Amino acid sequence: MTRDIVGHGGPAGGQPADIEPVDAFRGRLRAWLPGNLPPEPDGAIVRTDERWAHERVLQRQLWDGGFAGVRVPREYGGLGLTEEHRRAFDEEAAGYDLPFSFNVPTLGILAATLIDAGTHEQKLRHLPAILRGEELWVQFLSEPSGGSDLAGCLTRADRDGDVFVLNGSKIWSSGAYVADYAMCLARTNWDVPKHRGLTMFIVEIHQPGVTVEQIRQTDGTTEFCQEFFDDVPIPVSAVIGEVDDGWSVANRLLVHERMAVGGGSPYTAGRTSKHEVGDDGAELVDLIRRRGLEGDPHARLLLAEATVRSMVGGALIERLTAGMARGTLPGSAGSVMKLYGAESVIRRAEIGLELSGEDAVAWPVGGETTGARLGMHSLGRQGAALGGGSNEIQRNIISERLLGMPREAAADRDIAYRDVRRSGR
Amino acid sequence: MELELTDDQAFFVDTTRRFLEAECGIPAVRRLETDPLGYDPKAWAQGAQLGWTSLLVPEVDGGGSFSDHGLLDLVLVAEEMGRVVAPGPLGPVNVVASLLGRVGSPDQKAAVLPGLLAGEQVAAWCGARPVGARPDGDGFVLSGTCSPVEAGAQADHLLVAVECGGALRQVLVPAGAAGLTATPMDGLDLVRRFAEVRFDDVVVPADAVVGPAGDAAAEIEHALQVACTLQCAETTGIMDKVFGMTVEYLGDRYSFGRALSSYQALKHRVADDKVVLEASLAIATTAARAVATGRPDAGDVVSAAKAWIGPRATEMVQDCVQLHGGIGVTWEHDLHLYLRRATVNRATHGTPEEHAERVAASKLGATA
Repeated sequence: MTRDIVGHGGPAGGQPADIEPVDAFRGRLRAWLPGNLPPEPDGAIVRTDERWAHERVLQRQLWDGGFAGVRVPREYGGLGLTEEHRRAFDEEAAGYDLPFSFNVPTLGILAATLIDAGTHEQKLRHLPAILRGEELWVQFLSEPSGGSDLAGCLTRADRDGDVFVLNGSKIWSSGAYVADYAMCLARTNWDVPKHRGLTMFIVEIHQPGVTVEQIRQTDGTTEFCQEFFDDVPIPVSAVIGEVDDGWSVANRLLVHERMAVGGGSPYTAGRTSKHEVGDDGAELVDLIRRRGLEGDPHARLLLAEATVRSMVGGALIERLTAGMARGTLPGSAGSVMKLYGAESVIRRAEIGLELSGEDAVAWPVGGETTGARLGMHSLGRQGAALGGGSNEIQRNIISERLLGMPREAAADRDIAYRDVRRSGR
Repeated sequence: MELELTDDQAFFVDTTRRFLEAECGIPAVRRLETDPLGYDPKAWAQGAQLGWTSLLVPEVDGGGSFSDHGLLDLVLVAEEMGRVVAPGPLGPVNVVASLLGRVGSPDQKAAVLPGLLAGEQVAAWCGARPVGARPDGDGFVLSGTCSPVEAGAQADHLLVAVECGGALRQVLVPAGAAGLTATPMDGLDLVRRFAEVRFDDVVVPADAVVGPAGDAAAEIEHALQVACTLQCAETTGIMDKVFGMTVEYLGDRYSFGRALSSYQALKHRVADDKVVLEASLAIATTAARAVATGRPDAGDVVSAAKAWIGPRATEMVQDCVQLHGGIGVTWEHDLHLYLRRATVNRATHGTPEEHAERVAASKLGATA
């Protein structure tokens, strides 16, 4: 399980060694960028419908310029180049407007999983389309009945001739309302223990029987969705991996998720996160100056704490992603990054609130003040400790898989899933 | 420690580790508790033969390193010393040797470096805070106190920052100089010795000034960065060792018929400690690289490392004491030896709060 991601160096996907030298690639990219991509917009990028549409165009620009999918194998539309080329891309393209929303989850998680576990036909059909900006993907994993116990999913897919029939509900898929395809984990066998009766499917989102509802969150955003499936037919050709072996596909997906969220995916282009509030400290510096707290020792310590947290976080990501890519650290080390990141979001939100004072309580009507942003942001801060696996689950993964401590007792092991006790029954 | 070492570095770490365990391990530390020197001079000289004192000194001056940057080799020694809380003046000797290698005059190098490199002499760095001085002919007269100074009473040479007429300099004072007294102090660490160093009208000639005439602020800052980098590396060695001991103990120890390591409340605490450990290793490594390569923001990175590692190391080791139960608060158990060193490292060469203020100052400017 240690070498479960593509290593650094060496051409991806068994490509021939006659690849373009990194310097030549870099030079070509440097010449191409200014005339083909706009500069990155200032401030946080809000993912409006226009922004989503714009990012599809940006992805198409990359494709047309011959720079899409640096590490995706050539036979599936990518460039089949090395990690060094990808790093060169990130360095050269920094400061340009990139299709950031394609990075997570489409490229970093779902394309990555498809490359690992999909059939040749599935890859041929979808990977070039993703790289052309035609397909955005999301993951249908969590369910309303519970997100941490991922393998305990209740959404079912029943075989009926050439198709499986999907029924149930998924939740916490980010941006599903604008996406085209999903990887969906569903139960195909109720007579075996829970991990052994799951199958991973490719599901077309916009089709009869699939209802997508946007969820309004505490901070007012509506990016997360819930989906309802009502007798949705899924062709057998849309099964990823083997029927009833969806759990191993899900595990590959989760490894890619932790990598991608941490900024260490082999398949992303440019940075993988939206700007976090208070991430680089600039917002806090402004706030301190505006409130006249430059000489306040407590305010200075809070600013230093937020800054140090960011610097340590950068160092941690660099250390762990390099270790995982080389195979000296197992994929479960990604949970260390995930937990650190979530705790940083929480602590920064708290610092932001403390430095804002009453500015976070009330502001001029329609005012986009720093206090307003930090106040609002603090309301939803726990999202970072829930999405992509809760902090508690990360602590289980770190202690059990990374450190080899005993696994939690489970009441559903080796029992047919239909006999397992569930909420409300 | 870097996750990937060169073959030379890996061999160096292996040799250093085996030597430390044989000669400078916990039994030696306990044995040296009441020893006035706090280290075994023979073992220190052997360590010097392995390269412990020469890595920051250029080859032409008798030094040399395994990789392109001697500091990246030296932090490996510091981390290994942390694992056994080894005795020996690694920090002070290397800070002084490094400064002499960088800007020392040929005479200063010839007079001091051979003894330090051979492990036969010891130097102390009196810290970044300057003592007062007044001009006296071509030289200076020093008055003031530095405390606590590591290896101050063991040192043959003392490097001290002085302020004279608003300008900063660093001067090298021999231990026997008239008016210089180094009074040994009692302290938290069993073997790391500190002294109060007093300068009562100590006359130093002009040729005692290390570095070009003018402002020594940059060299004092560099000395501080090297000292803090080594300290952070040593502390991460302590954290890594104590964490490993604790995970192992939790697996071996049973209560209510099950291993302590099977309790989720404890597993989750260990997971949190693991995050702190990895983050500390990461920022210590980043700081070492920043100082070694002379990154313009090296001062900020080092201060981030000091501000992050200091309090978290003591907190983590204390948590490991708690996870060990009653045995953890006994003299017999080794945990307190690690706790002592982590606590000493936290508070010397600037407290976490002072280093946090340095980070704040680089964002906001200094306070009025």
